[in-house]
Amino acid sequence: MELMTRTEKWNITYQHALGETASWFFAQIRDHQQIYGRRDPKSGRVLVPPRAFSDETLEATREWVAVGPEGSIECFTIVYEAFNNLPDPPYAFGYVLLKGADTAIGGFFRGLDLHDAAAAAARLAVGTPVITRFAEHRTGDVLDFWFELAP
Amino acid sequence: MKAPRVGIIGIGQSQFKARRSDANYPELVREAVTLAMGDSGRSLDEIEAVVYSLAPDALLGIGNAERLGVDAVGARNKRFMRINTGGSTGISSLAAAHSHIAAGACELVLVAGADKVGECGDSQTILNKIWDPTYERSLPLGTITMLAMSAIRYMHKYGMTQEDMARIVVKNRAHAALNPNAHLRAPTSIDEVMHSRMIAWPIKLFDACPQSSGGCAMVLASEDYIRRNGLEAVWITGVGHSSESYYIGDRMGIGYSADHADAQALGEACSRAYKMAGVTDPVRQIDTAELYSPFSNTEFHAIEAAGLAPLGQSPRMLREEGCFQIGGRNPVNPSGGVLCANAIAVTAMVRVAEAALQVWGRAGAHQVKGAQRAIASGNGGDHQFFGAMVVEA
Repeated sequence: MELMTRTEKWNITYQHALGETASWFFAQIRDHQQIYGRRDPKSGRVLVPPRAFSDETLEATREWVAVGPEGSIECFTIVYEAFNNLPDPPYAFGYVLLKGADTAIGGFFRGLDLHDAAAAAARLAVGTPVITRFAEHRTGDVLDFWFELAP
Repeated sequence: MKAPRVGIIGIGQSQFKARRSDANYPELVREAVTLAMGDSGRSLDEIEAVVYSLAPDALLGIGNAERLGVDAVGARNKRFMRINTGGSTGISSLAAAHSHIAAGACELVLVAGADKVGECGDSQTILNKIWDPTYERSLPLGTITMLAMSAIRYMHKYGMTQEDMARIVVKNRAHAALNPNAHLRAPTSIDEVMHSRMIAWPIKLFDACPQSSGGCAMVLASEDYIRRNGLEAVWITGVGHSSESYYIGDRMGIGYSADHADAQALGEACSRAYKMAGVTDPVRQIDTAELYSPFSNTEFHAIEAAGLAPLGQSPRMLREEGCFQIGGRNPVNPSGGVLCANAIAVTAMVRVAEAALQVWGRAGAHQVKGAQRAIASGNGGDHQFFGAMVVEA
């Protein structure tokens, strides 16, 4: 028998409030090209991205700490498959431990040839030093910065 | 206080496929319920409560689809609750049902659900939306990339290779070939896995689970009910759950308490389940395991979290000793596992169902000979919510 289907698309709009901590963090990136973390007063760890409270000790954080721009790769992946509503491949992204931070922040890795996957992966090995670069036009978003292999 | 025993008296699962155009969503739930109720020999009228296993709504494309499923599970005039912990939803649902019975609130509880992931063309778009809109939504995070990054850290720490990952796929596909309910049943080779297209380094197409459609349902009962009615059963003797904090970037760097390479909270969940079941030496006491692992690499850290191998040793133990294949020391995923069928809402329930069939001696061609005690696990969120259950004959 003929089996029928119904096609539909969801297109839903949200306006997410980022809160005081993230708003200040993104304003510093947008206006001063500077990434900050917040120190957990109990453990002393600098959380990047900054949290209003530590997810480990549950203490409220108050002290802003400037971090980076130097850092090192903690993990990465290189995507070769196209997914709807995600960037066109290939692209590399992952997590970087910025100088002065205790936790890693996500971002794209740019400025390297990704066409040979094995060669690109070798260059992005865990522990590789990187430097943070900032976009010329910044909007207050994690896409305002990315990482390149340290010169 | 020792919890009263809870038994499994009925199991039903679909033959998982990419699409089920012959059945809409509630019909697919109904199929699993009918199979499980038939297996239990009880009537739906006797069921006192239903725990509904349903992962993120958008994967199914129906908001709060438990509303639509309520009739498929016969829940009118009964206690009903929906559980969602992402990929671990199925085992969390079973834990809720277990608690209903162990607490003495109910004697007979149905757990049921279904998923039609194959009908969604944008599952990685939806799974990208599980990341927080404040800091991480702009990045192309998804379940594949998140666990590719776990593979990178595991490789860095322990020396796992892509061939080691492929060996998991070969093992699980060989198992799935024996399981008529598995979605991907074609045997494969290391060479074929290695030559499948790269998705997110180091995960290739064959290292990844399929998007499956199908349902699963289970009937749980109190020991008293089972004895009173002279029923056949297998027993849930251990239940354990644990969670990680949210940020992946906190599972690396300096002074972290859990490494994204490993599955520390899954280890906690397994330890808690073992403690409850009185298991002190899983290598000797666990006959088989159904461990939630949607990508080949994650089966290694799941095996280690379940105490079936020391940290970082499971790739070598599979490569050199074949420890985790049927016929090996501790067969893992004799059903083919999540790598061979993933209908997300019920995948972790299928792990327990398969573990139960093994200790019941009803697993058919993929039966692990003489299995008496098994562990099953589930992982959900951004590698965040974990559950484990010990099932015994």
